[in-house]
Amino acid sequence: MKLFKQSFLLVISLVFFASQAHAVNTSNLVNYTKAPMFLSEFGFFKDMQNQIPSEGVHPYSLVNPLFSDQTDKLRFVYVPEGKRLGYVKDKVFIFPVGSTLIKTFAYLNINGSMEQQLLETRLLINTDEGWKAISYVWNEDQTDAKRAIAGATIPTTFIDSTGNTKNVRYRAPNQNQCKECHQINKVMTPIGPKARNMNKTLNYQSGEMNQLIYWAALGWIDEKLDSKPMASYEDVNASLDDRARSYLDINCGHCHIPGGSADTTGLYLNLTEKDQEQIGIYKKPVAAGRASGNLKYSIVPGHSDESIMLFRMESLDPGIMMPESGRALADEAGIKLIKEWIDKL
Amino acid sequence: MKFLKLSNQAIVGLLFFSSSLYSAVQIIQPSENAYEEIQEAFILAEPGDVIRLTSGIYNLQDSLSLDVAGVQVEGEGMDQTILNFSDQQSGAQGLSVTSDNVTLQDFSIQNAKGDAIKVKGVTNIKFLRVKTEWTNGPSPENGAYGLYPVESTNVLIDGCVAIGASDAGIYVGQSKNIIVRNSRAEFNVAGIEIENSYYADVFNNVATNNTGGILIFDLPGLPQQGGHHVRVFNNRSVGNNTDNFAPEGNIVGEVPRGTGIIIQANSDVEIFNNEIGDNDTVNIAVVTYGNETDDEAYYPHPKSIQIHGNKFGPTGYNPDTSKGELAKILFELSEGNMPDIFWDGLLPISQLIFGQPENEKMVISNNGDATFLAIKPIGFMVPFLDPAILDINEFDGEISPLAKVEFDETF
Repeated sequence: MKLFKQSFLLVISLVFFASQAHAVNTSNLVNYTKAPMFLSEFGFFKDMQNQIPSEGVHPYSLVNPLFSDQTDKLRFVYVPEGKRLGYVKDKVFIFPVGSTLIKTFAYLNINGSMEQQLLETRLLINTDEGWKAISYVWNEDQTDAKRAIAGATIPTTFIDSTGNTKNVRYRAPNQNQCKECHQINKVMTPIGPKARNMNKTLNYQSGEMNQLIYWAALGWIDEKLDSKPMASYEDVNASLDDRARSYLDINCGHCHIPGGSADTTGLYLNLTEKDQEQIGIYKKPVAAGRASGNLKYSIVPGHSDESIMLFRMESLDPGIMMPESGRALADEAGIKLIKEWIDKL
Repeated sequence: MKFLKLSNQAIVGLLFFSSSLYSAVQIIQPSENAYEEIQEAFILAEPGDVIRLTSGIYNLQDSLSLDVAGVQVEGEGMDQTILNFSDQQSGAQGLSVTSDNVTLQDFSIQNAKGDAIKVKGVTNIKFLRVKTEWTNGPSPENGAYGLYPVESTNVLIDGCVAIGASDAGIYVGQSKNIIVRNSRAEFNVAGIEIENSYYADVFNNVATNNTGGILIFDLPGLPQQGGHHVRVFNNRSVGNNTDNFAPEGNIVGEVPRGTGIIIQANSDVEIFNNEIGDNDTVNIAVVTYGNETDDEAYYPHPKSIQIHGNKFGPTGYNPDTSKGELAKILFELSEGNMPDIFWDGLLPISQLIFGQPENEKMVISNNGDATFLAIKPIGFMVPFLDPAILDINEFDGEISPLAKVEFDETF
């Protein structure tokens, strides 16, 4: 039976393949039942290997990205022609059905002689049954990426920003792991594209432009939104508190938020949380087990070395580390920032 | 072309439709690709499907997760089908379940790096004859929880075994309608723990060789709190004398070695017909949540507690006074004769002065020759006043039995 199903998918994919031009194959998006086997079948890219998007697919970038083992992330968004996005302050834009967020994880290795490596491309497709997440893992020839339902392990080597060679056991998540982070109150949702996290300049093919203005020019959103950009956690001119809260929001706040998958802990790290204990200050752990590291509180102001938060950011042990999934390496820059923040609290 | 596509979709649609009319059984055997095979089966499963893991040891490096409703995951026996996570590289659990109407049965999870089985936010979950174990004995390096349903409704744990958890072997948190029965918890810090939960029946279980046998707790600052209506009956909580090996920071790290049952900050708890003995420190402790909290909605004191018809064995002969302050105070007040039942006596100040409402008073009756000590906080603080109550008969009264927990177990 299972074989039978698969062979049918193959037949379908062949049919789609034949019909493919350099345009987005919308039939895969709206009436999405099972995702096609190969990324190329969606037609999001004119040039797969070089990640050149097709007509109607636009690059975007975030003020604060999630740390994912120092990968470079190439983000694109597709919105069906003539459709508009909804806007609610502090929330992710409301995308029309058929919209797709496309994110390729790669080691571009720009600081070394090593060739670039595309690892996986994750799709969030807004279907008429809600957002669906699926990951495609790139083949060795880097010509196409194949659906990875159970995720995939990719042991590899890359050149980091300082030019050092590093090994990593990179994990492409399975579909359920996508939900761990992308679900709020059991509803799938994107995380990154909030106005506050989009409000920055991007170098488009047509030149530099603020992304929100670009989207307004596309007719997706209104030109004037009631939204201030969030502080970039890398921006040394921003206040330490703003930078730290930005970092925690984008790296932790999608699970550590009421209704998120870590809400059982009562530790809330989303940007809009104001309660000091709920943010972790003198908050005892609830179900941390050995991940407490023999420390008493999530955050002890002035003492990062006594704060469980930093201990779990530094750990590489799967039973201790935070986030639970999505990284195999420690985020040195993030650790430095949070350490400084706690020490100065 | 377009027609061809459509007809293909129609055929696929029919196939899917027909396949969901009856349940499919997918059989997986131990192999090098076991992780991919199991995880893919979990994702592609349809409601009603059975995923059977045949006998043998499955060595898994990444955590498994199930998010399809109505799936049954079954092994061929808790000592036959073993999912071993000794070499786990990623994921915080052995297995996590986030879908409704799931049955897990007849397998064991060994040496998960974090929790063994976490089930979050579901309605209807059954654990039948499932075992979770850390095989190198009690150690702070072991994962926190064995069986760990949380934020769930209708939880059945039956015939399970939990060994070696560094927090609680069987832990049900922030849930509603819970049955834990015919199960065994040993060599955990907490054997069986019901926390921030409503309507739980815990019966016919054995808790032994833990630090604390059975814990009924409530903690502040969580989405669900104010635990209430918990019945603990026909259990054996004996010989729970393993040194507390919880990493510091965890609430259960404050549990003294040798504690039979602890009730903390819950209301409407009925403890009856249990056999509780050979616990080094105390057989039953009824206590207030002792840490500071900003949570104004939280009520830290136990109330409406009933303890009756229990059979007590020896206790208190080797008390652990190193954990928390209460055991030490109890040891001093009892002059070394630790009682079977201990109450810290803490109440809101108004109640300390004017007395507790009648329906919130603790009732203790028909416990054979059980010994007792309750601290009188005002007496304890003011010189020349009586610091404690030793007469158990002061708490004698009519038992108002709590209702049985029932839900449809046939989902």
